[in-house]
This record gives sequence, structure tokens and C-alpha cells, in this order.
Amino acid sequence: MSVATFIVPLVGWLLAPLLPGVINRVKAKFAGRRGQPLFQLYFDLWKLLRKGAVYSHTVSWIFWTAPSAGCAAILTASLLMPLGGTPALLALPGDIILFAGLLGLARFFTVLAALDTGSSFEGMGSSREVFIAALAEPALLLSLAAIARKITQYSLSEILPALSLWDWLQSTPALALATAALFIVLLAENCRIPVDDPTTHLELTMIHEAMVLDHGGPDLAFILYSASLKLWLMGSLLASLLVPVHAGHWALDLAIAIVGVFGVGVIVGVVESCLARLRMPIILQLLVGASTMAAVALILLLR
Amino acid sequence: MSSVTSTCVLRNSQAAAIASAPVLGESEFRAFVTEGAREGGRLVAFFGYPQSEGGIRLLAAIARGGESSLEVATTRVDRVYPSLTTDCVQAHGFEREIAEQWGVEPQGHPWLKPVRFHESYRPGQDVFKRQQPPQAGLADFYRIEGEEVHEVAVGPVHAGIIEPGHFRFQCHGEEVLHLEISLGYQHRGVERALVGGPNARSLHLMETLAGDTTIGHTTAYCQAVESLTGVRVPARAQAIRAIALELERLANHTGDLGALAGDAGYLPTMSYCGRIRGDFLNITALLCGNRFGRNLICPGGVARELDKNRLAQLETRLAQASQDVASAVNLLWESSSVRARFENTGTLSKETCLQLGLVGPVARACGVERDARREFPFGLYRFFQIPVSTFHHGNVFGRAFVRWLEIQRSINFIQQQLKALPGGAIRAEMKPMAPGQFCLSLVEGWRGEICHVGLTGDQGQWMLYKVKDPSFHNWMGLAVALRGQQISDFPLCNKSFNLSYCGHDL
Repeated sequence: MSVATFIVPLVGWLLAPLLPGVINRVKAKFAGRRGQPLFQLYFDLWKLLRKGAVYSHTVSWIFWTAPSAGCAAILTASLLMPLGGTPALLALPGDIILFAGLLGLARFFTVLAALDTGSSFEGMGSSREVFIAALAEPALLLSLAAIARKITQYSLSEILPALSLWDWLQSTPALALATAALFIVLLAENCRIPVDDPTTHLELTMIHEAMVLDHGGPDLAFILYSASLKLWLMGSLLASLLVPVHAGHWALDLAIAIVGVFGVGVIVGVVESCLARLRMPIILQLLVGASTMAAVALILLLR
Repeated sequence: MSSVTSTCVLRNSQAAAIASAPVLGESEFRAFVTEGAREGGRLVAFFGYPQSEGGIRLLAAIARGGESSLEVATTRVDRVYPSLTTDCVQAHGFEREIAEQWGVEPQGHPWLKPVRFHESYRPGQDVFKRQQPPQAGLADFYRIEGEEVHEVAVGPVHAGIIEPGHFRFQCHGEEVLHLEISLGYQHRGVERALVGGPNARSLHLMETLAGDTTIGHTTAYCQAVESLTGVRVPARAQAIRAIALELERLANHTGDLGALAGDAGYLPTMSYCGRIRGDFLNITALLCGNRFGRNLICPGGVARELDKNRLAQLETRLAQASQDVASAVNLLWESSSVRARFENTGTLSKETCLQLGLVGPVARACGVERDARREFPFGLYRFFQIPVSTFHHGNVFGRAFVRWLEIQRSINFIQQQLKALPGGAIRAEMKPMAPGQFCLSLVEGWRGEICHVGLTGDQGQWMLYKVKDPSFHNWMGLAVALRGQQISDFPLCNKSFNLSYCGHDL
């Protein structure tokens, strides 16, 4: 185990809050505005961590443990994600399922805390979140399975660093379909337009935001931080797929991969600027479409 | 029909003696309202006022767009009368208002609830038997029972910086079965404060009636005062009033299109339109020094002269803003995801629209050619007509598109008027109002038809002043448009109506 394996998660933990900043900056440019500071989320986290939290009389211990539990699940998932050819700190055969499971665990805690409040908004948000997750998870698992099949390995640390340009040339359609499916999953799982609108103040249209309306202080900081880290992890996954470059030195590869993650952020920003949000019933079609693409990718590679 | 022959027929802002309004019997009055509303007419005003001999006089006005006529009739009631709403849905809100204000119960009204939650004007006569003073929002709400039915309450405190209102949804999953809107949180007692006037405060009350419709309401008020005094407004003042009214329409429609884009998550148009709305407001400020058009319109004409220098500036700024708004709004129609979001959302049928007596862009989006500028021309619109913009889908897209059509036509209209601005005085000398008269004043504000009714007492003072903002009709339209829709579509639908809370609550 080299120094590099420790650096990969550290880089993620430190740079994750910058990714939403990049997306916001791209969106601001498209809208002709100057936009908030790139490091706004760092300021927000610092502010929130120094605050006290307010709890409703109706909530139980679930409400105040859920944010830290959810954050822990995402932090654990971050230990599974390799970046720029460097394997992750934790690797075991089949950890692609563990990765999806940890993301699901984090969501489970958020939903539980939201239901604990008894608020009608949070109930609606939870039901929508679970509905979307139930449709996004098959797409995630199927596309990961397709890529795993291509490399014939079952650990993220073995699949992603092994992926090369040659694989892309060999099975372009399958990998392109899997990547597209993963991109849609990224948008859906991280409450981006066209699935959710992260900037809205309208409770009735919110999905993810509605679930965390009652959280404040350090709890909200954990929630915001885990959301940015989740985005970073999905971004790393896509960056590893889209930029399978092996420059020779691990540090150079890592730098390229980090640029790749921010590149994914820019793409997300462009997509968000060019699209309006979908009507709720249409999200179903989008996500089923993603699952279908992933399934077709898998079938193409099973031949 | 016998009842029609015994009504008093007026034109927009034409004064008549209160005594000339016929007093009908209960059944005649009922026939007048229900048949009038059925035969292509529309209930524009229906209210009560106290009589010296005791009891309440109800006055109803039916507007007939084709003939530009307003038919007025009255009847006497005391504590109860059979509700008209059962035969004429348009009377729904008016009857609730009468019940709350004067303690007269319309028996058989399908959903008799307070409108603004204030004390009865006749002390001790509260139809709803409420604890005094009444509290806003404290009333029964329509409920749907069932295993999977859930209730969502939104407001009166909202997430955005908007006015207070309470919305109660009955939902089955994501589908809205019923929406009930409860307002009254902004009730200030404007109508009561005007009684005994006009005085120094009257004009200010009109300017602040609904902050975004300053020009519309002030024009309606001034028209009423002018017709009751018999003063003729100079042509130049009429032109400046019309320009200001269209500028108000431009600013608000532009803001609405931007907000609609924002609710659909489409940021470019939202940001641009937010800025361009400011440009239109600044052009209004060029006219009178206030972005919302305060201190511009006054009884007798306008208070500010439009000199050559500012006229030229106005023209160039308007040309620039019109270019900007075209490019920003066209982004909306070019983006298929925005169109998909707007279409099939919040649809109102033409029948429902006519039944509820909806007004403004909402009605025009349903394909109803209803525009006071053409149907009941006032001021400059008697000489220069603006084509009525309609659409046929009655959904969010229709309401957005009608706004865009109106933006273009308003810009053309202003540009024409600026080129041929009449000369002469801007203000006529005012006289006291004639006693014992009344007048209906209609103005097409940006939200729709504004109707003011003023009745003067024996000293020529206001004995009663009734204000009806277009929102008074259209709130019900919003509630109906949401039926069978997704609850997540509510903000978008709401924005496509963009109704006034304080204009409704008065």
C-alpha cells in the first residue's frame, strides 16, 4: 500500500465541496450573472459547524443521528473509489455492490430522519426520493456490471484503473451506453436538473431539499458535505470512464483525473443551464431509459 | 325579458343617479343576475350597502362586452336571501363577501366561508357566528377522507418573499384532488378607509392597493372621480396614462415570464427577464420618478409633464428593452424542455373559464376574447385599439404565450403613442363630486379587468367605495386549474396566474 492510496480519499474529502461551486459558476455564466464564490460551500460548512442545532419536540434520536450516519456511509464509500489509476484504500471483490449499497444506506438514513419529523413536505420529499432511487439503482448496478464484465473484475479498484483507451475502441457502443446511463444516474442521485432543482425554494417541487428542511447547524453541514462528496464520487466514477489516460506517473494521472472530475462538473453545469426541469411523471421515463441503456450495454458485452 | 327593460344601462365610467338604479323584487333580481350571466354577460360587481331606512341594498352589475354596456339593478334584503350562486357560479365570491361585510346570509350557498376574516360592518351580525375578532384562516376546510388521501398545508408563511396566503391541498399520492385557498391575511380595510373621502389619503390608498398595479388601480379611481365631477381629462394626460398602464403591463409580464422560467429550472431566461423587468420599471420612473408609477396619475389628469428630453430618452430605452426582452423570451420557446414543462400543465377549459367569470391573460389563454381595453374602452383606448391576444390551450403555456403576445403589442402601442403625443395641458381643474351619484369604472390592468364602483352621499363624499381586483375572480380559477394535477406543478401554475394577495384582501 503506497502513499498514493491514502492521498486519493484525502483529495476527495478536501476537494468535494469545490465541485458544486464549479457547477454553480458554470450556471451563473450561462445566465449572464457573476455567481457565488467558488468556495461558497466551504464558507457555508464552516459557518454551520460553528452553529448550534435546533430540534423539534416531535423528533426522536433518529433525527439527530441520521446526518452523521449518512455522512459516515458516504465517507466509507469514498474509501472504495479509485482515482487516476491509483487503487482505493479498501478493495474487495464485489465492492461495486458495496458501493451502491453504501449510497443506499446514506439515503435510507436521510429518508428515515425526514419521516421522523412528520412534516408533510418531508414525507412527500421522502416518497419522491425513494421512487427515484428505486429507478436509478438498477441503472447504476447494471452499468457497473457492464463495465465489470468488460474488464472481468469485480472490484472498483481493479476495474477503473484497468480501463484503457483500447477498451473504448473495442467496445465503444457498450461503454458509451453505460457512461450515459451513469451520467443520468449522477443527475438523478445528486438532485440536479432535469430531475430535481437544487436551487428552488418551493417546497412542493423539492425532492432532496424537502427532506432536509428541518435540519440545521452541524447536522446540515454533514448533510451538505455528504451530498458534495457523493457528487464527487459519482464524478470520479465518470471521470475514470471518460478519461482512461495512463500518463506513467501516479501523481500526473491523479492530476488528470481531478481535472476530469471538474470537467464532469462543467458538463453538469452546461446540462443544467440548457434544460428545464422535467415534470415528475416524465422522470420515470428518463430513469427507465437509463436502466435500459445500461442493460443493453451489459447484453452487448455478454455476447 | 321583462327584467332587462327595468335596469339602468351605463357605459364604462359614466355617472348616474343612485336613484336611477331600479329596485327589483327578489325573483326579478335573481333572474336579472342569473340570466344576465348566462347570456354572454358577466358579473363585474355585486355588493351591498346600507340603506337609511334599515336593511341592506344589493347592487349587481352585468357587463356585456359586445355592447360595451353595464346593466345595473338593485334589490332590498335584510338578514337572509336565497343564494344566487346555485344558478350563477360567478356570484360565489361576491356572496361570501356580502355575507361577511353585512351579515346577510345567502341561504343555500354551496361553500359559505369568510373571505377576509374581518368583523361584520353591522355590529353583532356575524353570519359565521365566529369568536370576535375573527382570526384569518380559522374556518372549516373541505376534506376528502380515505386511506391514502393526505392533506398538505402551505402558508401563510412561505419560503419565498411573497405575500401571505394559505393553501390546503387534498392529495392522493402526487395527484391533487382538491385545493382550497384561504386569504385575508393582508386585509387593511381600504374600502372602509375611503368612506367619507376623497381626502389627502385617498389617492395614496389607491396607489398602494396592490403595489404592482399602482397605475391600474389609480387610473380606475381617477376615472371614477372624474366622471362623478364631470371633469374632462386633457388628451395629453390620457396618452401619458395609457403609456404608463402599458409600461406596467410590460414590467409585470416580463417579470412573470422570467419567474415561470425560474420555476421550470431554466435559469437563462429567469436572470435576463429579472433584469429587463427592472429596465421597464426604470422607464416608468423616467415618467414620474417612481419605479412603480406612484405620484403620476391624479384626478384630472397626470401630475408630471413628459418633456422632450425625457421623451427621447424613453424612446431609446424602450427600443433597447424591447430587443432584450425578445431575445430573452424567445429562448423559452426555442427550448423544447421548457415547452414540454409548460404544456398540459394546469389546463382550464373555456367552459370553466366562462362559468367562473375569469379575467385577464388567464381568460384570454382559454380563448375568451375578454379585454376591457376593447370591450369597455376607456381613456385613450377609445381612439387607439390594441388587438386582443388570445390562445386556445388554457394551460401554463397558453398563459405564458399570451403574456408574450401582449408584451409585443404593448411595445408597439407605446411606440405609436410616443410618436404622436398630443399637446396641451396635462391636468384639468377638479371640482367637488356630485351628490347621490354612482359610477362603475373599468380598467384593464396587467392582471385583468379592474372594477371600481363609487357611490356618493348627500354631501358629495364617498358613501361607499368598492374595489375589485382581477385576482378576486382568478383565485378560484387557480384552485380549479390544479384539480387532477401533480402537486409539484402547483408553483408553476401559481406563477402562471400570479395573483395579488393584497389586491384581493384590500
